[in-house]
Amino acid sequence: MNVTYSDLENKIVLVTGATRGIGNAIAKSLAKNKAHVVFNYRSNPESAEALVKELKELGASNATALSFDMTDYESMKSSLDSFVKDHGSISGLVNNAGVSKDQLMMRVKPDDIDFIMDINLKSTMVLTNHLCRNFLKAKDVSVVNMSSVVGMMGNTSQSVYAASKAGLIGFTKSFAKELGSRKMRCNAIAPGFIETEMTADIADKAQEDYKKAIPMGEYGKTEDVTNLVLFLLSGASSYITGEVIKVDGGLYI
Amino acid sequence: METQEKVIKIVSEATKVDASNIKAETNFIDDLNLDSLDMVEMMMKMEEEFGVEIPEDKTEDLKTINDVTNFLKTMN
Repeated sequence: MNVTYSDLENKIVLVTGATRGIGNAIAKSLAKNKAHVVFNYRSNPESAEALVKELKELGASNATALSFDMTDYESMKSSLDSFVKDHGSISGLVNNAGVSKDQLMMRVKPDDIDFIMDINLKSTMVLTNHLCRNFLKAKDVSVVNMSSVVGMMGNTSQSVYAASKAGLIGFTKSFAKELGSRKMRCNAIAPGFIETEMTADIADKAQEDYKKAIPMGEYGKTEDVTNLVLFLLSGASSYITGEVIKVDGGLYI
Repeated sequence: METQEKVIKIVSEATKVDASNIKAETNFIDDLNLDSLDMVEMMMKMEEEFGVEIPEDKTEDLKTINDVTNFLKTMN
């Protein structure tokens, strides 16, 4: 089931990590809601251009691809500054970019920790920090951080990933408190197992075991997450802030 | 309009405090009860109005109307 919110029309929303997985589905659902969808890409301008074209065909009032790596802060800042100058204030932000590298804690190297923390947590905060002034000039600001149910319940072989996603929850609540007086909102979504390229790679036996642990007995679909993102970005959730909402079929109750 | 007069006008509009009650020595935090976020917004208004850029680390030193006025004068 796809939902639509009329107030998302022409809203400028930046989605990080939109070239694949859940981020890609979020960008497309925003396009269907006629938003101006902005996303960043690290390499491959051709596929970024193809996504811009696809988003416009889906109904986006506009679509813009910005070329910056999440960990190249100078390039990120100059790219965002020039976008805001040309198009106006960004009023929706979906901090979705994230990576994982699953392994037992005893095998984790310091560089692995830096890699995951830099992208999942630090770059999210740097980007949000840089957009604060822009937010103060914008209307109906809503920030959505993509956490994970793993950040709440923990998981074997995901200590670092879980720590980064738990960090996002603390960040979400603090930022919500800080900007609440300006009617700006910040919420986190904690997906459980959602069908993406990432879960398709999991071995069949493990998939069965995972599904047994989910009360609803199946993986979620990307639209289960995108519908919530749309709701949190729209005025339909105007009194909800600092909240963490699980989309996990009951995995963590 | 003199720089100080213009600064007072901006502060008055933002805080809804009558301009006649805002003096050169009026302190943003102690006298006008502004918080840190209010200060950021205030400085953003100054930047727009005066067409200058006030560095983030400088805003901590700008505690009174006089501080802002003097700082803006050095920018011109």
